[in-house]
Amino acid sequence: MVPVCNVDDLPHGESVRIVHTDIPIAVFHVEQDAGGGYYAIDDTCTHQDASLAEGWLEGCAVECPLHAACFDLRTGLPSGPPATRPVRTYPVLVQDGTLYVVVDAPAEVA
Amino acid sequence: MRTVVVVGASLAGLSAVRALRAQGYDGHLVVVGEERHQPYDRPPLSKDFLAGKATAGSLDLLGDQDEALEVQWRLGTRAVRINAADRSVQLSTEDSLRCDGVVLATGARARALPGGGGLDRVHCLRTLDDAVALRADLLPGARLVIIGAGFIGAEVASTARLLGLDVTVVEADPVPLARQFGLEMGQLCARLHGENGVRLLTGVGVRELVGASKVEGVRLVDGTVLPADVVVVGIGAVPNIEWLAGSGLVLGNGVITDTSCATNLGHVVAVGDCAAVHGERVEHWTNALEQPTVAAATLLAGERGRHVHTAAPYFWSDQYGVRIQFAGHRAPGDAVRVVEGDPEERSFLAVYERAGEPVAVVAMNRAKAFGRWRRQLVRHLPTT
Repeated sequence: MVPVCNVDDLPHGESVRIVHTDIPIAVFHVEQDAGGGYYAIDDTCTHQDASLAEGWLEGCAVECPLHAACFDLRTGLPSGPPATRPVRTYPVLVQDGTLYVVVDAPAEVA
Repeated sequence: MRTVVVVGASLAGLSAVRALRAQGYDGHLVVVGEERHQPYDRPPLSKDFLAGKATAGSLDLLGDQDEALEVQWRLGTRAVRINAADRSVQLSTEDSLRCDGVVLATGARARALPGGGGLDRVHCLRTLDDAVALRADLLPGARLVIIGAGFIGAEVASTARLLGLDVTVVEADPVPLARQFGLEMGQLCARLHGENGVRLLTGVGVRELVGASKVEGVRLVDGTVLPADVVVVGIGAVPNIEWLAGSGLVLGNGVITDTSCATNLGHVVAVGDCAAVHGERVEHWTNALEQPTVAAATLLAGERGRHVHTAAPYFWSDQYGVRIQFAGHRAPGDAVRVVEGDPEERSFLAVYERAGEPVAVVAMNRAKAFGRWRRQLVRHLPTT
């Protein structure tokens, strides 16, 4: 389990990139009207080198800032080209006001 | 419509195939591609692939979801003629494909240096085979001269520097990339070369290549000879449209289309680098990805003008660890204003303005803010 930040530091619609893991992970806090949850996925787009934490968050999907590949935050699946491979997803926990990403057990790719 | 032939098997051709299927076309689909490779992504050819950090397999554009496309691939085959009368496409293999619709997606090729043929170790970079050949010559310590400081030239310079070559870039214009970015931002890009140990010579043209069997140098118009073990020519691209002469299609700097990708022939649409929308050709990757959606709709509807593609042009370039992104329609005379970050730190976003209105945006290493601005920009664009 890897700490991300205080819950207050990641408002709705925001994302953060964490690099103190083996590979960078992007953590998102989706807008209230999209369910308001926290999601974590691999930060690097599976298409080409770009940080998904810098992408455009729309509902429960993030659009890569470089080539607009879209990934569903819940499943990691790309919605279409140019990405063809999913990103990994990770469980996010809130404990005592701190966000954690569970990295020792990557969720199964759907 | 029972048979559609897509001529060109790169991003635009593949995107057209996907769009036709996504829009319900269930007839026969044939894709003709001059290269023997399945569709692959070209942008990494000057970056990670050239650096040896990406394999050819990683460039593959086809994914599992494309298996359902049911395409007949005719790769390693050129289309040599289009016959409007009987709606056929003739191939280099001498057979002819009868069809109801044609998507032209033949792209562009690297412009050759006038009189530059015949010497070994002179490269251009457009295809996977080009990149494989160039990579084999990029040996540490070798002297590389790059002709042209456009995107290909700058990215190859950046990669070659990383590989330990001695790199010189020659540019005929006084400021590289000024046509794309304007003088101020062009100058900023130019400085990246020097800061990373690459010599940039501007405002001087190339007279000829020097050498017996392999290249030994590049002679400039001022008489200087730059010694070279390897030369890369990156002076732009020309559309692959010569084969269409005499077809009845209106040709200019590309196959002339309207914003719905329709040509003057009712059963032919054109997309990507080979298409000139109202005479203007766009050589951007994103255009090749997105525009075919409209072309497919136009072809299937059998009606021009109903669906139009008007997205703001977008492109990016990775040079010396700096990611440059640009979107919009810049024109000479637009004012450029930095709205966040600091150009000196190579992390900033600047907006181009005309009569106080934003018309384009450029960023270095500011992907998140750029994405926001790119969306904002769309609202300011004309809708036709």
